[in-house]
Amino acid sequence: MLDADFFRRWLTTAAAAVDREAERLTELDSPIGDADHGSNLQRGFTAVAAVLAKETPDTPGAVLTLAGRQLISTVGGASGPLYGTLLRRTGKALGDAAEVSEAEFADALRTGVDAVAALGGAAPGDKTMLDALVPALDALPTSFAAARAAAHEGALATTPLQARKGRASYLGERSIGHQDPGATSSALLFEALAETAEGTGRE
Amino acid sequence: MRMLINVAETVVADALRGMAAAHPELRVDVENRVITRSDAPVAGKVALVSGGGSGHEPLHGGFVGPGMLSAACPGEVFTSPVPDQMVRAAAAVDSGAGVLFVIKNYTGDVLNFDMAADLAEDEGIQVAKVLVNDDVAVTDSLYTAGRRGTGATLFVEKLAGAAAEEGMPLERVEAIARKANENSRSFGVALSACSTPAKGSPTFDLPAGELELGVGIHGEPGRERRAMMTSREIADFAVDAVLEDLDSHDPVLVLVNGMGATPLLELYGFNAEVHRVLGERGVPVARTLVGDYVTSLDMAGTSVTLCRVDEELLRLWDAPVRTAGLRWGM
Repeated sequence: MLDADFFRRWLTTAAAAVDREAERLTELDSPIGDADHGSNLQRGFTAVAAVLAKETPDTPGAVLTLAGRQLISTVGGASGPLYGTLLRRTGKALGDAAEVSEAEFADALRTGVDAVAALGGAAPGDKTMLDALVPALDALPTSFAAARAAAHEGALATTPLQARKGRASYLGERSIGHQDPGATSSALLFEALAETAEGTGRE
Repeated sequence: MRMLINVAETVVADALRGMAAAHPELRVDVENRVITRSDAPVAGKVALVSGGGSGHEPLHGGFVGPGMLSAACPGEVFTSPVPDQMVRAAAAVDSGAGVLFVIKNYTGDVLNFDMAADLAEDEGIQVAKVLVNDDVAVTDSLYTAGRRGTGATLFVEKLAGAAAEEGMPLERVEAIARKANENSRSFGVALSACSTPAKGSPTFDLPAGELELGVGIHGEPGRERRAMMTSREIADFAVDAVLEDLDSHDPVLVLVNGMGATPLLELYGFNAEVHRVLGERGVPVARTLVGDYVTSLDMAGTSVTLCRVDEELLRLWDAPVRTAGLRWGM
């Protein structure tokens, strides 16, 4: 079972991962975006780690909802509402249970990913965060490690795609040949999830 | 790239403190990042709120004041502001006559303003929204995020701002804003890339002797790269790209906009070429504005925006305005 502490660890680990990779995310955002994805997420996840340390919500749902709201209030751009909605809707789907099973979490996360797709109007193959999120979600029932691998591969597979959503879509065919920064940061979330699971003795 | 800054993290806050110091007629909330005209809310008047990423100055904060915006919400550089800012701005300027959100068509701006509109309506504020999407360089299709909002934002904010100042109700102000947007088209050209404070180096590599056609205002590359062209050739290309989409024999407002690092000397020379092409194509010019209004940090280059006007829009254009970035008649 996964408790509030597990989710707090996940987001703290994610904040550290975003911090570590911020420069690379911004670098990926330069040729096909506006060179700020890393710094924007860094600001948001730093704020998430701070609010979770201060407010210590005691259910998995409350942890994710609070983190999502914090991202919406601090990131801006498209990433703020999209990542904020991902966490907030996943959190709401978990309700107020003190602990949730891995299967319940996977179901809730699907609700969150569906909400992201609806908000951004994107589908897999559009060269967005969904290209990492959807394969990761499909692999999650197998294991956290499988989800991490699927997200990573999904992010890499965005390179040959032409962007159809977001700022990269303005480039048309010139968006081909670059890895999507949003898919890359989504893969980081699953990397942090797998790391958290390993660190707490889960697979 | 050498920048006149302290550290990248405080660029926006530092600029807001400086705006407050220069413009006592504005209320600048540095902490919450909201700029409002100091007499807001004005009784009975519809309020206009806009905002967007920083880096486009004087847009939007420089357009706050009588005859234009009631409030502006600056985000981080090239990053949409957050809903909290917009809700705070709406609450500060709403007189009860309602608020019009002027939104440039970018995924982030649209998502954040949509969330803000829901939240503001929960607080009992009547909100209408208008989307600015004038950039003809982007194909408006299912396969893009739609046309970008660029130079026409100035026209929308000025014309709708004048309508609000005249006392028109929210639905009329919204209709004027839509009319201004629907009759405006833009095309942008970059002669150099810009450098964001966060990255500190140019966002794309543009070799000497080449230019980018069809750029936006966020340092993203354009649709096409070509060998350097003369002012005359660029004017032909840009104006024809606009006219291809905006057939006009009605008078137009012309905005020859600097991207941030192109001197006025060059912009005026370019404006002469723009007028020449318009004359050759039989498009009468009603009014012209030349200068840095919707910039892209330190990018060199220009954009041309045309706005087709009737008597009503021309009257609203000529109406008095008093802001940091645009001022006449008062």
